[in-house]
Amino acid sequence: MTDQDKPGKAQLAEMFRDFIDAEYVIVDEETLRPYECDGLSMYCEMPLIVVLPETVQQVQRVLRICHQYSIPVVARGAGTGLCAGAMPHAEGVVLSLAKFNRILSIDPLARSARVQPGVRNLAITEAAAEHGLYYGPDPSSQIACTIGGNVAENSGGVHCLKYGLTVHNILSVEMLSVEGEKLIIGSQGLDSCGMDLLALITGSEGLLGIVTEVTVKLLPQPEKAQVVMAAFDSVQQAGDAVGGIISRGIIPAGLEMMDTHAIRAAEDFAKAGYPRDAQALLLCEVDGTAEEVQEHITQVEGLFATFGATSVRTSQSEAERALLWKGRKSAFPAVGRISPDYYCMDGTIPRGQLAHVLTEMQRMSDEYQLRVANVFHAGDGNLHPLILFDANVPGEFEKTEEFGARILELCVEVGGCITGEHGVGIEKIRQMPIQFNEQELVQFNAIKDAFDPAGTLNPGKGVPTLRHCQEHRALETKPAPASMTTKGAA
Amino acid sequence: MADIAKRLQEQILSARDAGTKLNIIGGNSKSFMGRVSSGEPLMVAGHSGIVSYQPVELVLTARAGTPLTELVAALDEQGQMLSFEPPRFSNESTLGGTLACNQSGPGRPWWSSVRDQVLGIRLLNGRGEHLRFGGQVMKNVAGYDVSRLQAGAMGSLGLITEVSLKVLPKPAVTRTLVFDMPLNEALGLMNRRAAEPKPLSAACWLDNRLYLRLSGAQAAVDATVRQWQGQGEQLDDGDAFWAALRDQELAFFDGAAPLWRFSVNPTAANPALEGDWLLDWGGAQRWYRGDASMAQMQELAEAAGGQVSLFRGGDRQGEVMHAQSPVLQTLQQRLKQSFDPDGVFNPGRLYSWM
Ligand SMILES: Cc1cc2nc3c(=O)[nH]c(=O)nc-3n(C[C@H](O)[C@H](O)[C@H](O)COP(=O)(O)OP(=O)(O)OC[C@H]3O[C@@H](n4cnc5c(N)ncnc54)[C@H](O)[C@@H]3O)c2cc1C
Repeated sequence: MTDQDKPGKAQLAEMFRDFIDAEYVIVDEETLRPYECDGLSMYCEMPLIVVLPETVQQVQRVLRICHQYSIPVVARGAGTGLCAGAMPHAEGVVLSLAKFNRILSIDPLARSARVQPGVRNLAITEAAAEHGLYYGPDPSSQIACTIGGNVAENSGGVHCLKYGLTVHNILSVEMLSVEGEKLIIGSQGLDSCGMDLLALITGSEGLLGIVTEVTVKLLPQPEKAQVVMAAFDSVQQAGDAVGGIISRGIIPAGLEMMDTHAIRAAEDFAKAGYPRDAQALLLCEVDGTAEEVQEHITQVEGLFATFGATSVRTSQSEAERALLWKGRKSAFPAVGRISPDYYCMDGTIPRGQLAHVLTEMQRMSDEYQLRVANVFHAGDGNLHPLILFDANVPGEFEKTEEFGARILELCVEVGGCITGEHGVGIEKIRQMPIQFNEQELVQFNAIKDAFDPAGTLNPGKGVPTLRHCQEHRALETKPAPASMTTKGAA
Repeated sequence: MADIAKRLQEQILSARDAGTKLNIIGGNSKSFMGRVSSGEPLMVAGHSGIVSYQPVELVLTARAGTPLTELVAALDEQGQMLSFEPPRFSNESTLGGTLACNQSGPGRPWWSSVRDQVLGIRLLNGRGEHLRFGGQVMKNVAGYDVSRLQAGAMGSLGLITEVSLKVLPKPAVTRTLVFDMPLNEALGLMNRRAAEPKPLSAACWLDNRLYLRLSGAQAAVDATVRQWQGQGEQLDDGDAFWAALRDQELAFFDGAAPLWRFSVNPTAANPALEGDWLLDWGGAQRWYRGDASMAQMQELAEAAGGQVSLFRGGDRQGEVMHAQSPVLQTLQQRLKQSFDPDGVFNPGRLYSWM
């Protein structure tokens, strides 16, 4: 395909209008603008065209045309992603799944729901509620983010310590390949023959195919849930208390930590009654049968006291439980109010390294003269340092990025990883070679090739491409060349 | 207890150079699974030992040849367990084989599967490259999930050399209730019970009896036993029953008749096929003993929303796994090619075309 054969923007739009309503083929700058970034607004790019198809057949036709002319395709759910995964490609089409917002069926006895990819995460739980069921993974963005985006990012939430991530809570997906061919991966059973493609697709960031339907598992709503809030004079003590609970054989439904900056910001925002003078705050939710919750709550309260908590408060009603969580769930916007901008990192570390990592981070914070607030999925070691900065100060974003990169390096150094749930996207592509060596990256690229040889699905994201792929294949067993590019990175 | 990764790597490289094929063998306890594979044995059991285990982190890393019995013993000392209850078809069953064959026991619908609990692996691919994917932390979305992709691949993508797993505390108490009940009634009840927020941890039907296992905090289990027991009775040696089910040591599994495994919608009506059935996983995994054709069984499995495999016995020259759709077949062949371009590992073990 030479460039001369490629249709121009107007011509391409004409082709799409052939089978998609004209108003859902967007070409004008003003209407395109809201699509220029996802939740990580520091990375922007205007797309060529945005399409909002309504049927799987339309999506298939969009894909076939794009495949024929080697036009990049970037899938988009709600655009709440935090790694620039849904950031458009300048010469590409944004394929919005926003119109696929129907819950197709709920089977209460089999405890599953078939939903379209644009259905919001929370909408599934709301629809399942009448059957006493809910969908487990609950990202803080759950009012807005879509299940298609959740599958693409393998999203988690505050309850994934006990109930797992997206990958643990889906049964099957219907996906279109880059050529527009339909694939059914998984089944109504709990596993399928052959390699586990469902796991491979989950977290693949729109690089392997377009998800057009998802069957999720539903869980029975627990009889009871209570949250214990405990304040500590140091993060070390709070970290030890987390270890203490887990060693006692209790797996809380959620176990979250906030540091002093996050506590204050959240309290000012949500008025949840958090102790503003605490150095660290733990929220520990226990759920299950009424008897079980009672037994575990008593144990947790006792443990917190043993580990030196300065105050312990247990929710006595659903309203109080919701209030205690409100502070945590709104921690990002809350921090957004105390600083012009903030940058959210997403490393995961072995929990035992927490105190060390936080101390190092404080040292870097002093070095870069940038404040950092920490919210932490403490139960599973997933850290969200929020670096506070002001984008209007020249050079400050660059400084922030450098600081962020060093945090991620630190996470890898202590045995962790660069992203726990937000994905690589464009944002962390430069850190991929820290976590993976060249042979591993070559293997990732080979997987991508198996699905999308021309590399038109969400190009430039997720995995750094090797500049000289052809040469590389010829070399195979020889050491890989050092030429990684981060093509497409802003 | 040794690290023989270097030696394994050399064997792979020389097989590749010589154009020979390798048949990966761990504890040799699952040689009955999959199709008959040609190839020279590549013995992995020597690559064994726990690399790290931190009970407070709930993470264990071990070499792939480590026997499950060794892992279970180490976890036992800390009051923890492999929550996916891997079958031990013999004392030699290894961790690597368990992942490659995607083997999980009775608690699977409630406590997760081996693929759910895998956090990371090391793998020798067909180019002899020793690669590391995933990690030793609970959450990791950097790169594709190559670790979980191995579940069910039966070694076709490479030699798993090391596995990191999430482990869980053992439940404080376990009780088993048994009810006399015909299959259809049991199927309905299993599903209704599973939709209740109670500490159910296994549900099985065999010989007109329904077995429900409850595990968790003492108070929760006791209260549920009171609410659910009705006409049922408590089984004294419940743990022994579930272990025998897990390891296929119940009388149902005796004899030479072909053993078929259905992985289906837990609520699906049971296939109308005369013969012996055993329902596990609350109805999502069903076992059948008897002669039948793969084509016939596939039709029944699809009607039940799932898939079938010829688990043990029968014709192991033909296909033993549910047929893949043409697109998925091509895709898996391409993936195989990406990991093992010369087809060194386990030729034809999973499918004749793999
Ligand atoms: C305030 C806030 C809080 C958050 N909290 C959490 C949290 O607690 N846990 C967590 O895990 N994440 C969290 N996130 C991140 C984000 O919400 C998740 O990554 C979410 O899954 C993205 O969904 P989306 O529909 O917005 O996807 P988008 O941002 O639109 O897209 C995300 C990626 O998925 C791809 N994609 C979207 N739809 C499809 C499809 N149908 N087929 C193939 N690929 C597709 C896109 O190409 C892109 O790469 C948070 C974000 C914000 C802004």
